[in-house]
Amino acid sequence: MTTLLAVLALICLAPAVAAVLVRNLIHSALLFVLAWLGLAAFYLALGAEFVAFAQALVYVGGVSMVALFAVLLTRPGRTDLLPPPSAARAVGGLAAVSLVASMLASSLFWSRLPSMEPTAPIPLRRLGELLAGPYLVAVLLVGLILTVALIGGLLLAAPRRPAEGADA
Amino acid sequence: MILAVAPASPADAWLERAPLLLRDALTGWLPDALRPWVSALLSIAVILGVFGLLFAYMTLAERKLLGRMQNRPGPNRTGPFGLLQPFADAIKALTKEDIVPRAADRVLHFLAPVVLVALSLLGLAVIPFGRNLVAVELEAAVLYFFAAGAATELSIFMAGWASRNKYSLLAAMRALAQLISYEVPLLLSVVPVVVVAGSLSTTGIVAAQGGWAAGIWPHWHALTPWGFSAFAVFMIAALAESNRSPFDLPEAESELIAGHLTEYSGFKYALFFMAEYLGMAALSAMAVTLFLGGWQAPLGLLEFVPSYAWFGVKLLLLLLGFIWIRATFPRLRIDQLTRLSWKFLVPLALVNLLNGGFWAATADWSGPAAAVRWLVSALLVVVPFVALARSLAAGYGPRTYRYAPS
Repeated sequence: MTTLLAVLALICLAPAVAAVLVRNLIHSALLFVLAWLGLAAFYLALGAEFVAFAQALVYVGGVSMVALFAVLLTRPGRTDLLPPPSAARAVGGLAAVSLVASMLASSLFWSRLPSMEPTAPIPLRRLGELLAGPYLVAVLLVGLILTVALIGGLLLAAPRRPAEGADA
Repeated sequence: MILAVAPASPADAWLERAPLLLRDALTGWLPDALRPWVSALLSIAVILGVFGLLFAYMTLAERKLLGRMQNRPGPNRTGPFGLLQPFADAIKALTKEDIVPRAADRVLHFLAPVVLVALSLLGLAVIPFGRNLVAVELEAAVLYFFAAGAATELSIFMAGWASRNKYSLLAAMRALAQLISYEVPLLLSVVPVVVVAGSLSTTGIVAAQGGWAAGIWPHWHALTPWGFSAFAVFMIAALAESNRSPFDLPEAESELIAGHLTEYSGFKYALFFMAEYLGMAALSAMAVTLFLGGWQAPLGLLEFVPSYAWFGVKLLLLLLGFIWIRATFPRLRIDQLTRLSWKFLVPLALVNLLNGGFWAATADWSGPAAAVRWLVSALLVVVPFVALARSLAAGYGPRTYRYAPS
């Protein structure tokens, strides 16, 4: 089980690291898809069939498309306009990295890591009853947040009315 | 034994069990530890072989039928009736030069067709091709099928982007817009089936469609009002998802010079072609499973025909329907295409979700109440359809032909 966990972790982490390092935005987006697939495989290894397929359907099928659309529809940033490397930027980068690293490390150290022994998977019907029963409010709230985000996106993307801005 | 006694149940018939008997004969001598692995490999080999051949002869059938519908013979020179044409095409595709544009992203350009074919094959694993004939039995099989299918969009985008060709990239953008738009009605039309059958497993959904009402009317989902509506929406969305005419905009030979396929030649092009047919076959197989009773016979009298034969007949009928549609309808414009999905199919599918819920909630109505159930369900299909169609068609008068003779 540990070897499997290591392989899956590698499948998840390697593309994610590569995605951050690669200059080409399309390549990063596609590498993230690999990382998401790795997560789906991880769920599958844990016996959470439904979550794994939902992960593949939503992330690989949907979120990846949205990410690619965003990359294609935005103007590519000029990479040569970035300020040159300097001591101040190095210090800032170091501070950011150490902050995130300490937060991750503290949460990792203080959380009790359960063993990865697969427990009996929750039957699909039970999962549905849980989602439509005790967790109904949470599901609805997530839907509401997504709808608000959608409306916000529409507001940002909608063309301004010419009457409002005199010099638009 | 000359006169066999009629088997008590169709599941015991010799022909029905032939595939399982063959599998046991092939794997029976193996040690117990190896047997599941070998039988899994066997099912993979059978699916690859059957659907590979189906792909080969679908291309021939398509060319022949299109030819006939356009008053020409179609391919008829290679072998009797042109029956060897697919193999000639395969050899030609294998021996052609593989051209990669100098500016192309070489890795993605190579990966796109490979990923596409691999993903198109994945979905076939959960289709029950007959009684007990399913490669992988999953509790969430329907979700798995669509998860595998959703990723094909990605490879079309990869192909279009990696080619470094403006037509290819434009086609990839169009393909993304189209595939996202039609993913929604495709999935929405499946939900009522899951609600009514009460199962996400393909075998469970087929089992829920067994039996006959009044002895003659099969319990297939397509033969109920909500099921018919869902089936129609599913098939239209499936046409769009598999880039088939009249929704073949991503390829659009006449406008985008074949779109994301422009920079592909030789065997990679053949792989794209193969993936299109495999995807079409997988979606049709899913439609048969969800709506047309899967491997169930249409009449109790006809149950002596083995279940996989019924599945094959239904699958072929749907695939021939795809070809017929291609010969009949002109291509849509991209704005008409997306409008059809978002303004027409999605609302219909949403209302149909309600309809499926009603059908599931009234499962125990019988006698005169059953007639009311059918009437309400039918009204829930017809009224939204007519209302939507009328409101969308408002302002588009009948076209007048001023110069053409009437």
